Parts: sequence; structure tokens; C-alpha cells
Amino acid sequence: MVGIVGYGAYIPKYRIKVEEIARVWNKDPNAIKNGLLVYEKSVPSLDEDTATIAVEASKNALKRANIDPKDIGAVYVGSESHPYAVKPTATIVAEAIDATPELTAADLEFACKAGTAGIQMCMGLVESGLIKYGLAIGADTAQGAPGDALEYTAAAGGAAYIIGKSDVIAEFNGTYSYTTDTPDFWRREGKPYPRHGGRFTGEPAYFKHVINAAKGLMEKMGTKPEDYDYCVFHQPNGKFYIRVAKILGFKEEQYKVGLLTPYIGNTYSGAVPLGLSNILDNCDGGERILAVSYGSGAGSDAFDITVTDRINKVKDKAPKTAYYLERKEYIDYAIYAKFRRKIKM
Amino acid sequence: MVVRSWRHIKERYNLIGVICKNCGTVYFPPREICPKCRRKTKFEEIKLSGRGKVYTYSVVHVAPKDFEKQAPYVIAIIELEEGAKITGQIVDCKPEDVYIGMPVEAVFRRIKEDGDDGVITYGYKFRPIEN
Repeated sequence: MVGIVGYGAYIPKYRIKVEEIARVWNKDPNAIKNGLLVYEKSVPSLDEDTATIAVEASKNALKRANIDPKDIGAVYVGSESHPYAVKPTATIVAEAIDATPELTAADLEFACKAGTAGIQMCMGLVESGLIKYGLAIGADTAQGAPGDALEYTAAAGGAAYIIGKSDVIAEFNGTYSYTTDTPDFWRREGKPYPRHGGRFTGEPAYFKHVINAAKGLMEKMGTKPEDYDYCVFHQPNGKFYIRVAKILGFKEEQYKVGLLTPYIGNTYSGAVPLGLSNILDNCDGGERILAVSYGSGAGSDAFDITVTDRINKVKDKAPKTAYYLERKEYIDYAIYAKFRRKIKM
Repeated sequence: MVVRSWRHIKERYNLIGVICKNCGTVYFPPREICPKCRRKTKFEEIKLSGRGKVYTYSVVHVAPKDFEKQAPYVIAIIELEEGAKITGQIVDCKPEDVYIGMPVEAVFRRIKEDGDDGVITYGYKFRPIEN
């Protein structure tokens, strides 16, 4: 059965606290922290972007997979912050992990769910026998306009998944997607910052798609929330995540390990891949995971995953997600503005 | 600029050097002749581990144009496990925390960019190995 052969995470070292952003815009930090359940977010350094994050995560995935990178037949990088508008990130990643030249590669964009879309594409190519291994990465260096609500959460990070059929550390029991045309968040060509529909991003967008994808998958698989040891959902903030988990009937012990946004912010395409990597770091063979991404625009991809005993052999072969969560240095708004190229010279 | 960056992609992305099979010396960047063995040179490509230690370093305060926004930053000579010494920037570390002998590992970062509409050059830098 097609599954995950290796996985790897990466989160930049720098963090900015909600208090520091709120200080600049004269807002009440406690209202934001309690309202969004976000306390700080990750910030990429001046020399980091989606390509460098994707490469670091992919190298960690390769350490766990123990395969020849030349056997990777497809590289897909899902992101809404590719360094170039035209020129693929995926070729940079493929070259940097020494997988070139016999492979297909492409960049994907679907707001926050482009990473899981890449996983599904690799599943199809592997299952059909067209390729031996596929590499799917969700990574972002998301930007929020100065002073906008998104500025408290738009963060950087990513995770990579090598999909294959042999020596899997987790099997995909099934996948299900739910997609409609819902303009809740967008960025027009040439514009530096996205715009969003405020409250419209909630009920008709995030909640409708995540709930329908989760329910659709559980109906397809014949499962209930209690059949899963862990669940992870897209996490634009902590509040939406916990609310959707409770609506679907999941308990805190199932959803807490996958929730990273309160401490690193919303890593967009990296969010569910990173939440899932933290679960894989902490789970055992035989345990079952439900993962549901969400991308504005809008759609959700849901996955039913069973971990194999091999997980314990590979967990420690690369830095765990917790290592990157704890490795941090706080910066102030001025340095943040410089790192995020908000200062124009 | 474009062709010059492209020509070095292999060595800069994956730290590909050469090893002289006659004397065992490792060189980075790759070269044509082993200065020790001269005509007996027997070079093979070698993928370097990227792990090593700081051999010496300098803190750059007055930076060239492409690197002004990063100053002050650390440029170090890294002695790799394989023996080759290579020059690179140290990142994720304050200049005052760098010391000779500090264990480091290679990371993949943006090196420079040709303005805001030109090609971005990527390659290796080094960060401290924690733990």
C-alpha cells in the first residue's frame, strides 16, 4: 500500500511575539492572544525563503527514508510564497537534494493546502507505478500586510514527505477532498500582500470545507472520531483548529499534538504537514491519524493514515519537530520588518 | 551573472569536491590537478558531509553592496571532516558567539540576488551544531 517513506520538518529560528506586533499598532495583545490563540510566530531570516525551507525539510525527510535521491521521480513544492513568480522552486529543491535530472517537478499553489495536494499527486503516481518515490513539500514564508489581522499569524516553516510503496513508516488508508469556488482569501498578481474576507473566512470557508472533508473521509472509510489516536487540521490560528476539532467530536488528547500555530503561527502550506510531522515524532506503530488541510479559495484534503512499527526506527534519524519549535530567538518589530523586507530602500 | 551562478550550482548546492585517489587529499572547489601529485593526479568526485569546525573567522562590518543589509555577519574558514577548508558565512548565530573550533554544519540559503527582478543565487552557509 502507498504510504510515507520519510518525513522531515523545518522551522526558521526567529520569533516575534504578539505583544511586540500589537505594541506597534496600538492594539491590546491579550485580546488578540485570547481571540486567536496565537502567542508568537516564526520569522524567516533575510537569507531564507520557501526554497531554502523546502530544501532543509527535504534533507531531513531523506535522512529518515534512507533511499537514493536519484530514485525520486517527482518533486512537488506547494506554497503561496514561491521566491519567483515564474521559475520553479521544485527544480531548486530537486537539484539541492541531488535528485536531478530524471524526474518530473512542478510548483503548486492552493493557498494553505498546496502541500497536501502534492502528497495526493505523489500517491497517484506511486500507486500507478509511474514513479518509485515522490517528494511532496508544503512550505511558506507567508506575509501579512502591516497592521492587518494576518500579521499576527502569517509565519514561515515547512515539512516534506517522501511517498512510496516499500518500507513505509505510515500507510494511507484513504484520501478524500472537498472543493468549491469560495473567495475568502486571495492575492492578485504583482501585489505584495493578500486580502481576505474577514469573518467570511470562517463558517462558509474554513469550517464548511474542513468539516465536509473530514466527514466525507470518515464516511468513505466507515470510521468515527474515536477510531483515531490523533487528528490534525489546518490551523490559521488556534481558535479555529480547536473549534473544528470539537465540532467533529475529537477530544483534546487527539488534537493537541498536531496543534503548533500558537507557538509558530500559521505556516500556511506548511501547517498540516508540520502538525503531522509532530504527530509522527510522537506516535507508535499501529496508531491511526486523521489529517485535514484547508486552502482558501477553497478546498480541503483529508487523509486516513495508519502508522507502522517502522516509525520507531526512523524517528531519531533527523531533528524532530520539537527541536525546531524550541530552537528560537526573539526579535523586535524593526528587525522583523527588515527580515520580511517591509522596509523599502 | 546568470551563467556564472548556474555553472557553480552542482558544487554550491551539494558540496561536490574532488579527492585525489593517489594521495587522499580532498579539494573544494573542484580543481584540475592535485598540487601534491602533479602528473600522477587521480581525481574522483566526492560529496562532502558539510560537517566541520570553524578554523578561523572574521566579522564583516563594512560589507560589499550585495551583503550590506546582513552586516555585521561572520565569514569563516571551515575545516570540513574530510580535510578540505572552505569559506562560508555563519548563520543562526550572533557574531559574539562564534569561536575557533566551533562545530558547524552546512545549510542551504540564499547567497545573493541580482536586484529585485534578477536571478537568486543559492548555496551553502554554515550554522552551529547544537547539542
